[in-house]
Amino acid sequence: MFKKILIANRGEIAVRVIRACHEMGIAAVAVYSEVDRAALHVRQADEACPIGAATASESYLNIPKILDAAKRSGVDAIHPGYGFLSENARFAQACADAGVKFIGPSAAAMEMMGSKTRARQAMERAGIALVPGTASGLESFAQAEQIAAKVGYPVMLKAAAGGGGKGMRLVHTPKELNPALESARSEAERAFGDDEVYMEKAIINPRHIEMQVLADEHGNAIYLGERECSIQRRHQKVLEESPAPIVDSEMRRKMGEAAVRVAKAAGYSNAGTVEFLMDEMENFFFLEMNTRLQVEHPVTELVTGIDLVHWQIRIAAGEKLPFVQNDIQIRGHAIECRIYAEDPDNNYFPSPGMISLLMEPSGPGIRLDSGVYEGWNVPTDYDPLLAKLIGYGSDRVQAIGRLRRALGEYFVGGIKNNISLFRRILHDPDFRAGNVDTGFLDTMLKKDSGQADTKLSAVAVIAAGMFVAMGATVSASDPANAASGSKNNSGKAASGWKGAARIEALRTNIGGNS
Amino acid sequence: MARTFCGLIAMQLNARHHRLLTSCGYFYMKYNVKIGGKNYQLELGRDAARWSCRLDGLEVDVDAIPVQPAVLSLRVGHETYEVKCECTADHIQVWVRGECYAAEVRDPRSLRARTRAADHHGPRKLTAPMSGKIVRVLTREGCEVVAGAGVVVVEAMKMQNEIKSPKKGTVQKILVNEGTAVNAGDVLAIVE
Repeated sequence: MFKKILIANRGEIAVRVIRACHEMGIAAVAVYSEVDRAALHVRQADEACPIGAATASESYLNIPKILDAAKRSGVDAIHPGYGFLSENARFAQACADAGVKFIGPSAAAMEMMGSKTRARQAMERAGIALVPGTASGLESFAQAEQIAAKVGYPVMLKAAAGGGGKGMRLVHTPKELNPALESARSEAERAFGDDEVYMEKAIINPRHIEMQVLADEHGNAIYLGERECSIQRRHQKVLEESPAPIVDSEMRRKMGEAAVRVAKAAGYSNAGTVEFLMDEMENFFFLEMNTRLQVEHPVTELVTGIDLVHWQIRIAAGEKLPFVQNDIQIRGHAIECRIYAEDPDNNYFPSPGMISLLMEPSGPGIRLDSGVYEGWNVPTDYDPLLAKLIGYGSDRVQAIGRLRRALGEYFVGGIKNNISLFRRILHDPDFRAGNVDTGFLDTMLKKDSGQADTKLSAVAVIAAGMFVAMGATVSASDPANAASGSKNNSGKAASGWKGAARIEALRTNIGGNS
Repeated sequence: MARTFCGLIAMQLNARHHRLLTSCGYFYMKYNVKIGGKNYQLELGRDAARWSCRLDGLEVDVDAIPVQPAVLSLRVGHETYEVKCECTADHIQVWVRGECYAAEVRDPRSLRARTRAADHHGPRKLTAPMSGKIVRVLTREGCEVVAGAGVVVVEAMKMQNEIKSPKKGTVQKILVNEGTAVNAGDVLAIVE
């Protein structure tokens, strides 16, 4: 087993991996950029190495600096977390060349899955159902026209190197095809330096369901059940659960076996995720494989009892999987909420800054994977994920009940966050009935969020007055400046608590007048 | 509705109300509190840890314990509330049972708070809500824009967001270019 592991990441996932290291008696080495010296992952690690400026390309994405830190701290292995370098085949290869074990699949497997068209070709050979379309890039407009006519409109154009919705175009009619193809190509070229675009039949509001796989380096691979990830905004997942309400044991077996075939076709080892799209007829199609630990891995851990990070480390250390497919049982239900620093009242705009007050939930069936603490200043330079709140119950209803209870205990002050969004989702009748697809969240957000409770308004009025009486002050300044939000605002925002002494100055003895 | 609720409590506590008034030991602070477009008259009295409270002239039985900075444990009648407070540039945000209320608390004696004028006339400044980089300018000086039309796109924390015109009008000035780094509060454009 490894003695010391470097975690090439930050935030909640770095803390997650550090915890696994400590549970296994392994020393953990953090790396940090200039703005992260006081970050939680640095505080919790056994050793920490500075790796440069805040900009990710100068630090968390900088392969030479990370390998230098690995060398200086004398680690046996590097865990990449998710994001940053986790799906970078060159990094995996550079680790191998430097004699440090990369905790993840081989560079070759990552390369195969890194290009969507190459992955489609490999999956076609392995006999996996794909969304009808092309397995390679479109060569001409004429070819695009022909294929679109064959698979039927609407069609989706996608960048081969794509991700995050870039280079994607939904085309409803033949007339829209040519301009869409041109703009998808130029967007793909700008975003990824590669204008290869392929075509798929568009599945409107599909469900997004993914299968967790675990493969050792001795040819054994198993699946650990699915995750329902349809609750998304701008192609970003917001809430995930396992098992998926729509998937029964027969469908799970079919999807799981397909996912294991995908992993074997790619020569895959370590933890990975095979993503599927499911249409209204409950047909599922291979979408892509994520060659890393997923953000939403905790829901799978809770329903299978298998610690994925422990097994990532054990597999990388050369261990064989001690269990076979039949040993894996799904027990209970788990749901994860991604708590982001973003403003629900301002189109979910990122809201970094100082966390002035933090009250964290706990209790039965609640797991909180957090990367922040009270007093921490969330930097602007990285993804605004603060923490993941996961609720577990013996069934879906209990898991929802526990999560709602925990959301009531949870408070993040000083910065905007999306905790209130999850209250709405968990209250929504369609969500509670399991009727979710990738159009769910946009539809829900268009609904009226309901009338404010007048009784609570009265409590708020009383409390607001009391806070002011006890010394809470808003910054007094020129109203014109405040209205325009100008930074010339002379007072500081959140000027805070001046103590009860001020009360004396504010007192009015009206009691005597009555 | 708020009046009804408080009225009920006041009726239940009528006896106590009299006792308070006759004891005359309380100093009252008067506030005008505006929440959700409605104005409330709040009178708060305090004697050591004990509070007395009148909302729009009606007595409310309430006790409040500060449990940590910016957190009050409230008892209103027998109902308990854990209320959190955040101060922003121009108002106080109060969180009750997961709901957020933006409150303007006006203390008539000090005139500290102000009403935030919803000024639809005259030039309006578009400001950066947070620090980031301008990735696109969507219009030009002199162009007509409708309310809600995108003017510039700011990228921060890997996300791109359109800064929209608050009103229908003409773009008088654009103060940034593509690639400009901006700080929270920087003026990006002026629409008049």
